[in-house]
Amino acid sequence: MNLDLRLPMGLMFSIFGAMLSVYGFTSGPAIYQRSLGINVNLWWGLVLLGFGLLMLFFAMRARGKEPASPGSP
Amino acid sequence: MQRIVLPTVLPGALPVQQIQLGAIDYSILVVYFAFVLGIGWILRRYVKSSEDFFLSGRSIPTWIAGLAFLSANLGAQEVIGMAASGAKYGMMTSHFYWVGAIPAMVFVGVFMMPFYYGSRARSVPEYLRLRFDEKTRGLNAITFAVMTVFSSGISMYALAKLLELVLGWNFHASVVLSGVIVLAYIFLGGLTSAIYNEVLQFFLIVLGFLPLVLLGLKDVGGWSGLKEKLVPVATGAGYAPGAWSSAWRHLGAASDNPMGVEWFGMAMGLGFVLSFGYWCTDFLVIQRAMAAKSMNAARRTPLIAALPKMLFPALVILPGMIAIALHNSRGGLLPLGADGTPNYNLAVPALLAHYLPSGLLGLGLTALMASFMSGMAGNVTAFNTVWTYDIYQSYIRPGQTDSHYLRMGHVATVVGIGLSVAAAYATSRFNNIMDMLQLVFAFVNAPLFATFLLGMFWRRSTGHGAFFGLLTGTAAAAIHHGLTLPNGAVPGLKGGFLGTVLHTYPSEMAQNFWTAIVAWSACFVATIAISVATRRNKSDEELTGLVYSLTPRVVDHGLAWYKRPATLGAVVLGLTLVLNVVFW
Repeated sequence: MNLDLRLPMGLMFSIFGAMLSVYGFTSGPAIYQRSLGINVNLWWGLVLLGFGLLMLFFAMRARGKEPASPGSP
Repeated sequence: MQRIVLPTVLPGALPVQQIQLGAIDYSILVVYFAFVLGIGWILRRYVKSSEDFFLSGRSIPTWIAGLAFLSANLGAQEVIGMAASGAKYGMMTSHFYWVGAIPAMVFVGVFMMPFYYGSRARSVPEYLRLRFDEKTRGLNAITFAVMTVFSSGISMYALAKLLELVLGWNFHASVVLSGVIVLAYIFLGGLTSAIYNEVLQFFLIVLGFLPLVLLGLKDVGGWSGLKEKLVPVATGAGYAPGAWSSAWRHLGAASDNPMGVEWFGMAMGLGFVLSFGYWCTDFLVIQRAMAAKSMNAARRTPLIAALPKMLFPALVILPGMIAIALHNSRGGLLPLGADGTPNYNLAVPALLAHYLPSGLLGLGLTALMASFMSGMAGNVTAFNTVWTYDIYQSYIRPGQTDSHYLRMGHVATVVGIGLSVAAAYATSRFNNIMDMLQLVFAFVNAPLFATFLLGMFWRRSTGHGAFFGLLTGTAAAAIHHGLTLPNGAVPGLKGGFLGTVLHTYPSEMAQNFWTAIVAWSACFVATIAISVATRRNKSDEELTGLVYSLTPRVVDHGLAWYKRPATLGAVVLGLTLVLNVVFW
């Protein structure tokens, strides 16, 4: 198949990660009472961002290896 | 385990504290929908033939096929239902994985996939036609098509009901929204699109629920803290202190555990008959492996799926156990039903609301919706293939051009979603009809594995033997169900409808397992007896590639160990054994 799934997947999780960590960074501590006082948005956002970027990295590396892959979007 | 545990249809509206979503939560949902539709849009230009649409042109990379194999089945019933079972029965629920799914997935990968993939059949019913005859295929195709539509409808109903209950969303809007999105991405990209989205959904489900599990575990004091908090749950219900936190220890007698099952019924009924029957014969999952790019990839598909699958109890059962522990020690986490028992089905939504702040809450809800949608899409893609190849092309309009069948596939997708919506509304109106249908499906499904086992490993089994064996097994299931009752139930849908009750089981679960054992045995014996009495309808030449003894072995020498299905299967089974022992 010509679409490398890691590309959209990496992009989606990077966006999720960025959204959550920015939100976690800007939101006050009041909403984190329920999550045991942990700013889960910030931390989990960074985890998602890391996961997304890793996927993108692998997708880019595979692309670099096969420059002749026809019709890649 | 979609068609094995289907008691998940949520009961009528209950007073639940509704969750308020913020802008960030809606944004996450919108981004997810955009990606799901975008993938369908990009993939649409690769769909040129019916084979592309229904079988992804048999070109799916192995790891993607494997994760889709896992995720297609990861529907509403799994996420909501397994958490509910975790709360209701505790650690024993893990048997659905460590006794049920995993050994069956290893079996289908190592032993059965060579015939499914090697025969070049395009569907499971088509394999039955090649191996046995037309009537066996017809029976399987028609019951399967009806079943997938209703399963997808039930999934849709459960999602809409849940969103109505927890978020206060409009029921009709939820049905239409989920239906339209699933329709759009399958219509555009066919099976490939469904599979790619299933993999996306798989990661979303894992990454969306993991923070919930971690927070819950931290809150109850880790695994040891959870075990302590589950002691009063068990003793309060009149069982040994460890009944909720050990998998095997209390299986000696049915009266020792909340599930009401003893080890033999568990291992044979759930493990051998129901799980092997589902994972080895259900086209919904087999289709994902058939789409793989080579025989080796197809055989490794279920094995790759088995690796994350064996860890899934941590993701789907543990939240249920945490929920009941918190409910018991702090009170009021789960809403109570009319009879005073907690509503176990709401374990996951209740935990989401309890722990996750705005932001992560949106991610968790998106994961929940993803699980419903992947379950629905799995059913719809299986339906449109079986309808087009096994019913339409075989009985209605044979001999048309490929583009004709590709168009039919698009039409079948629309019709399949339409029928699912109808089924969703039927469920909301007539709960009893759906319960009855599920019961009939259970009767039809229970004996199937006996037919496949004999078909693949005994060349003497005949078409008549398979067809009438299946009917005998289904009848045996109905008769067994009609003559027995679970403890405390009244005759009717729960059993005992044949007038006399010969045996009372300690629980519904035990009754289901034994119904399956009876159906399997009856089908096995009847198929052998009828096969011996009838003439063979397929010669050895015709059966080459379809039966074990007539098929050249697949040679795996010279491959790296992780590419050899048998080695991989042994590793998977070894790890599963370790898990069984650790949580004994």
